[in-house]
Amino acid sequence: MAKAPRSKKKPAQSPAEDTDFVLHSLQDALEKKKRYDASQEQMLHFYEQMLLIRRFEERAGQLYGLGLIGGFCHLYIGQEAVAIGLQSALDGEKDSVITGYRDHGHMLAYGIDPKVIMAELTGREAGISKGKGGSMHMFSTEHKFYGGHGIVGAQVALGGGLALAHQYNNDGGLCLAYFGDGAANQGQVYETFNMASLWKLPIVFVVENNQYAMGTSTARSSAETEFYRRGTAFRIPGMDVNGMDVLEVRQAAEIAFKHVREGKGPVLMECNTYRYRGHSMSDPAKYRTREEVQDVREHKDPIEGLKKVLLENGSTEDELKAIDKGIRKTVTEAADFAENSPEPDASELYTDVLVEEY
Amino acid sequence: MAIELKMPALSPTMEEGTLAKWLKAEGDEIVAGDIIAEIETDKATMEFEAVDEGTLGKIMVAEGTEGVKVGTVIAMLAGEDEEVSDVEAPAESAPVDDVPGEGKDVGREPSEAEITKPARKVDVKDPEVPEGTTFVSTTVREALRDGMAEEMRQDERVFVMGEEVAEYQGAYKVTQGLLDEFGPKRVIDTPITEYGFAGIGTGAAMGGLRPIVEFMTFNFAMQAIDHIINSAAKTNYMSGGQMRCPVVFRGPNGAASRVGAQHSQNYGPWYASVPGLIVIAPYDAADAKGLMKAAIRCEDPVVFLENELVYGRSFDVPDVDDYVLPIGKARIMREGSDVTIVAYSIAVGLALEAAEQLAGEGIDAEVIDLRTLRPLDRDAILTSLAKTNRLVIAEEGWPTCSIAAEVMAICMEDGFDHLDAPVLRVCDEDVPLPYAANLEKLALIDAPRIVKAAKKVCYRD
Repeated sequence: MAKAPRSKKKPAQSPAEDTDFVLHSLQDALEKKKRYDASQEQMLHFYEQMLLIRRFEERAGQLYGLGLIGGFCHLYIGQEAVAIGLQSALDGEKDSVITGYRDHGHMLAYGIDPKVIMAELTGREAGISKGKGGSMHMFSTEHKFYGGHGIVGAQVALGGGLALAHQYNNDGGLCLAYFGDGAANQGQVYETFNMASLWKLPIVFVVENNQYAMGTSTARSSAETEFYRRGTAFRIPGMDVNGMDVLEVRQAAEIAFKHVREGKGPVLMECNTYRYRGHSMSDPAKYRTREEVQDVREHKDPIEGLKKVLLENGSTEDELKAIDKGIRKTVTEAADFAENSPEPDASELYTDVLVEEY
Repeated sequence: MAIELKMPALSPTMEEGTLAKWLKAEGDEIVAGDIIAEIETDKATMEFEAVDEGTLGKIMVAEGTEGVKVGTVIAMLAGEDEEVSDVEAPAESAPVDDVPGEGKDVGREPSEAEITKPARKVDVKDPEVPEGTTFVSTTVREALRDGMAEEMRQDERVFVMGEEVAEYQGAYKVTQGLLDEFGPKRVIDTPITEYGFAGIGTGAAMGGLRPIVEFMTFNFAMQAIDHIINSAAKTNYMSGGQMRCPVVFRGPNGAASRVGAQHSQNYGPWYASVPGLIVIAPYDAADAKGLMKAAIRCEDPVVFLENELVYGRSFDVPDVDDYVLPIGKARIMREGSDVTIVAYSIAVGLALEAAEQLAGEGIDAEVIDLRTLRPLDRDAILTSLAKTNRLVIAEEGWPTCSIAAEVMAICMEDGFDHLDAPVLRVCDEDVPLPYAANLEKLALIDAPRIVKAAKKVCYRD
């Protein structure tokens, strides 16, 4: 005899009756209070950091155009609020970060010297990977930044391993693992979701949904475009976050990190954002309209958005202009450094293949 | 100061393009993000976006110009406090030439720098086994387990993960007893999810642990090979030596018995072709134990290839504290003077069997067990060849692009003058492994085929 169909669940009245409470509780908390109460000083710092990423990336695009940067170069312009909002909430002593190939912004968000990042882009000895990694392969073990990975989705499983190490060492740290809406369709992402939830690993999965996987829009690639829901099958709570608002991202980070630090297992956070530039440098830009990009720039830009808040709260145009000027100087210095540093010595060709001698 | 707008490279390979159209005219205000021009290459039409603010001063290259080299100044932009009329054309608007040491992609000359390869360690030998040491008959399965357990006792960072490694005690019982001794934190059962747990193991190594990742067989590691190669093997190099990945991937490799094509493949040549990996494939129990301990201590990622058919065989293992063997060193299993038989893993047993038979026919064969497939012990091969002047390679695996092929190349490159006969390889037949008992037997390497090849290089057939 066939089973009687399950009656549809009524909306639960209290957490005790609501078996899916955990799946939406974090989103509920965010809905209650969307924006982080940042001090003016904190906001100025966010502004400065986002501006650094913007100006750095613009300059990287220029250097690419001049042939000083080769190969692939994926710019983070438009997505700045995600890295700054999340990473500003980390505990730098304990927590680890891993991401894909669009990684310059995440490194700058750590306060890593723009010079060594730019010098890596130009393939110089002074680059953070001695010029041997390039745009997609940068690391800083000192900052617990574990790359910088060129295979779409690989960083999710690797991030699961970093989280396992936090749990194994009982060091109180968590791993922040970024990936894009494109990587969200890779199988290993779900293999990792399963194990991370099963083992209650301290990890925050962040989908940086910039709406396009190279030139394929989420609607053309994904059966479920609300990526924060994709953890449901693994009992991972989801959060839907406006990735163009650094204060909302920061607020979401506070909620998610607290949940993970309490030993309750992973969180899946979707940050809706937008990249203004092409996927990489050679992007025909035929898959979206000029107007669409311009509309986001004019109405949703994360830096302009925060600028408005700053001005409303007492900062002056001159003050912000001075910040911009300082950033431009820093970026110019980084670019000069990157252009004028020597290439790696030929003797570096065979170093670092293996750690030991055999 | 006026800003030079230069012909941009819009792809890694672009050297020149057509300036199809100017979308701004001289005197126009420009803000960052404005499209100034359209540029065409053979691949696509692309928009040239402004990154600076200012007023378009002088257009240097007219629209419709073809073959504009990357780096050519195409226009001048007047800055905030400048008069457009003051903007002068740059003295030189020639394309940027490659300057040695500046890493530009244009006009790169072939490098004449000397390439220095790292020196190999010399004179590294297996540890002396003191006189009077007792030897304990141990199966390869137990030896592997003992090696892991010893390392787990002395280093808290070492743990084992994989399918059925804990409660089931190992699909092939290699991890038997480890759960009881070390508990579930350090002996972790994973779901059947090779790509995922290989990535987690690799990430844990990057995070400072010493994972031993067991694949139930290396056939299933095909699902995880991306992490073994792209994540584990390349990261140290890509990070300029910052990010280490001391992980051991281990499990049975090669043909088992009657399990068909998808479960019967030797991946030795695959992994041994990858710089950044250590590949170990021991034959007997002492080597299995000593090399397993070395693999776990190794700072580099290791692929450790075992063999299911050898797990149950017993060999003498010296009863000494901390028996660790050097990685990258072959072992002479039997000394001889007429012909060298190079082998590894299960084929070592077949080579020794063949050597016995050859002895009966008056041919004195030397048998070398490579033990490590990467880095390969070239010296051991060439030293033996110099002695015997004849060489056969025995490998349980396909002949094409095999370890055998690599050994033959080494003999040609560096041992040619010592050769009295062409080097021969004895491998499996070049087919997916069949299921039928008779066909399987036909497809796999055996001792008589090695004997035949050895006789042939001795011109005794």
